[in-house]
Amino acid sequence: MNQPAEDPPPAPAPAAPVLALRNVSKSFGAVRALHEVSLTLRPGEVHALAGENGAGKSTLIKTLAGVHRPDGGQLLLDGAPVAFHGPADARDAGIAVIYQEPALFPDLSIAENIFMGRQPRRRLGRIDHRAVRGATAALMRRLGVGLTPDRPARGLSIADQQIVEIAKALSFDARVLIMDEPTAALTGAETARLFSVVRTLRDEGAAVLFISHRLDEIFELCGRVTTLRDGRLIASEPLAGLTADALVRRMVGRDLDDLYPKQDATVGEVALSVRRLTREGAFRDVSFEVRRGEIVALAGLVGAGRTEVAQAVFGVDRADAGEVRVDGTVLRPGSPTAAMAAGLALVPEDRRQRGLVMEMSIERNIGLTGLGELRRHGLVRRALERDRAADWALRLRLTYHRLADAVGVLSGGNQQKVVLAKWLATGPSVLVVDEPTRGIDVGTKAEVHRLLSASAADGLAVLMISSDLPEVIGMADRVLVMREGRLVAELPRGSATEETVLAAAAGVGGRAAP
Amino acid sequence: MGTESETRGAADAARTRGSLVRGLALRWDTAVGVLLVAVFAIGLGSTDGFGSADNLAFAFDDIVEVAVLALPMTLLVVAGQVDLSVASMLGLGSALTGALWNAGWAFEAIVPVVLLAGAAGGLLNGWLVTRVGLPSLAVTIGTLALYRGLASVALGSDAVTGFPQKYADWAVDTTTVPGTFLTYPVLLFAVLAVLTAIVLHATGLGRALFAIGAQEEAAYFAGIRVKRIKLLLFVVTGLFASFTGVLFTLRYGSARADNGLGFEMLVIASVLLGGIDFDGGKGTLFGAVAGVLLIGVLKNLLTLNDIANEVQVIVTGLLLVASVLTPRVIAAFVERRHRRAADSPS
Repeated sequence: MNQPAEDPPPAPAPAAPVLALRNVSKSFGAVRALHEVSLTLRPGEVHALAGENGAGKSTLIKTLAGVHRPDGGQLLLDGAPVAFHGPADARDAGIAVIYQEPALFPDLSIAENIFMGRQPRRRLGRIDHRAVRGATAALMRRLGVGLTPDRPARGLSIADQQIVEIAKALSFDARVLIMDEPTAALTGAETARLFSVVRTLRDEGAAVLFISHRLDEIFELCGRVTTLRDGRLIASEPLAGLTADALVRRMVGRDLDDLYPKQDATVGEVALSVRRLTREGAFRDVSFEVRRGEIVALAGLVGAGRTEVAQAVFGVDRADAGEVRVDGTVLRPGSPTAAMAAGLALVPEDRRQRGLVMEMSIERNIGLTGLGELRRHGLVRRALERDRAADWALRLRLTYHRLADAVGVLSGGNQQKVVLAKWLATGPSVLVVDEPTRGIDVGTKAEVHRLLSASAADGLAVLMISSDLPEVIGMADRVLVMREGRLVAELPRGSATEETVLAAAAGVGGRAAP
Repeated sequence: MGTESETRGAADAARTRGSLVRGLALRWDTAVGVLLVAVFAIGLGSTDGFGSADNLAFAFDDIVEVAVLALPMTLLVVAGQVDLSVASMLGLGSALTGALWNAGWAFEAIVPVVLLAGAAGGLLNGWLVTRVGLPSLAVTIGTLALYRGLASVALGSDAVTGFPQKYADWAVDTTTVPGTFLTYPVLLFAVLAVLTAIVLHATGLGRALFAIGAQEEAAYFAGIRVKRIKLLLFVVTGLFASFTGVLFTLRYGSARADNGLGFEMLVIASVLLGGIDFDGGKGTLFGAVAGVLLIGVLKNLLTLNDIANEVQVIVTGLLLVASVLTPRVIAAFVERRHRRAADSPS
């Protein structure tokens, strides 16, 4: 696929870039996704790609991965122009992409997943299982992880699935590894392990392009950063000497007024009261209260049972024991409908599967929680439905083309706003939000925080599950920490720091709570 | 709504595909409506006697059970479910009517019992789907055999005739609503179709059905009572199916266990032909009605032109395959053209 070079090859750069984009542009219809963007990836370097949602990061990745062909500009492999006609070309050139949520065959073993479709053969075309296992074990040793080759992929954590994808990339002799928000769903410990794998690869001479919305990770792992905004290259520079504020400024193009605009609210009556709630195998004996005006964070490692608590409180999962009260009313267990009627709302973690009906329009998604109120003589009044959607779209500063567009066409941040609109429109007294800003850009993140803060100030009781520690510390009046299905600590705003929350979540250094 | 212009430049392929598929689904039912009118016009021009009031009364009356069954089937398919047992339930309804008539029951007492049996059959389907958690396709393949079997148990291979004349007169195609060529069963279908359209397109229940079909989990998380709604759908479908059993018995004046054999295919063909997405979440009732009428008109035209019944079955089968395939082929084609346009420097 290496096309004969029409231009003379460019002068070799000092560290011989393995892959580069030169003035690459790409448009989709009228939308210019990339405009004359250049990027240079060198061996032995972890390079961050920063930018808000819609800045062009995905398009850039897909261009490198052979999914898109640039309209203008050049792709250079080892200094020579190339054209990829599809992902297979990019893979053959040694470029591998690790996505946020890997797609493995759940019923095949790790080894079979890695060598799918190109298993070593014995006589008569039989698969040489021993060779497959051996090669997989060697890859795992190289990555320094202890995954058993025979283990089926089903039940692997997302972190382990990513490791399998990385191993697969290595088995293709990948020299360029593109990681698209790999840490979004990982716990702290898993992230640390992933980073050590990435550093191993870097030291072996691989070039890594790393995308993350978490700035601390960029600073921890990467050497250089390229920032995109509105499809244009803003800067490509070493991270040393750059401050987080400066990087945010490059990304959003303005000073970001406080990312955590927490207002002090008057704390009122108890709105949500959870007593000894238990769901076997998920969590046990969980009791807490959330008062009007309060934002209470539920922190803990992934798998500590926080989402499970939220779902049992809302009734999508049935609790085995315990009681949930909203404004004094005891909720019927296992009934989201009853929870809604009592004034409870849940913004779930997985907005694509649970938060929204992706192919339905924006207005219908927002209307879905209010079909009772939008009704006149048994019929849904479309005008009311549209007014409700338009009203909330305005309040949440939603960016959209038409309210009748499928919600799936919106960016992640705007989709999250629709989920929030859908629930705030029910006029809840308690709002439970599960990872409210996961995977959304820093500008929208600040808006979501402002919205939560303002809603709490208006008397809403907010229970916020978050794995983003700065968000927990920045937004919460109180922090509840869960570990292994139990509530282990309660930290007031003053004494909650990343260290104390993490210590309680990981169960080190004794109880952080008095 | 059909004017999806190109003004909106989609930012990525998935986005383009999403709106295209939606736009296509919106246009598909209109296309079937146009096709129906075209076939109708061709029929008028080419086939003697097609346009006569007698023939039209017969043509529509001839498919009225299929048409009535297509209504709840549309709701089911929109919600991502299917009921293959409807024709067997028709047969069971017919067999029960015959058996009870033989046993000397009054016709007025038979009908409620048959309807109750239909609701119970629907309840069993719904219970297996919602409580046991089996896929509706598997469940209703099983009950397809079960209900037809029960019909044979109820009546054996007998044919029962001699039902009260006043009810038979109501159903047959020689009696029409004064001033029209519509028979009373067809008129009843029209009323039911309007009601179903209102439920599907203008009520909260209808919104819920689309949400369930498109993304069941999201519907559940929005507080929609997914299981209860599905159960209700299966019960209503069973009710409709047993009613068509009575209707069929009256129209042909003969109750048999094998009445309506294979109708489930016609019903599903009509619904899919009308542009209801078998994956759920998309479609209009107008499309389903247009689909069923198209099948009815074609069937009538083929009969009038002395084309063998076997050929008619083949035509229905081809239509079914074409209706499922065509939108996908068009979508794939348009998408490829779009991608090519997007990929080549302009």
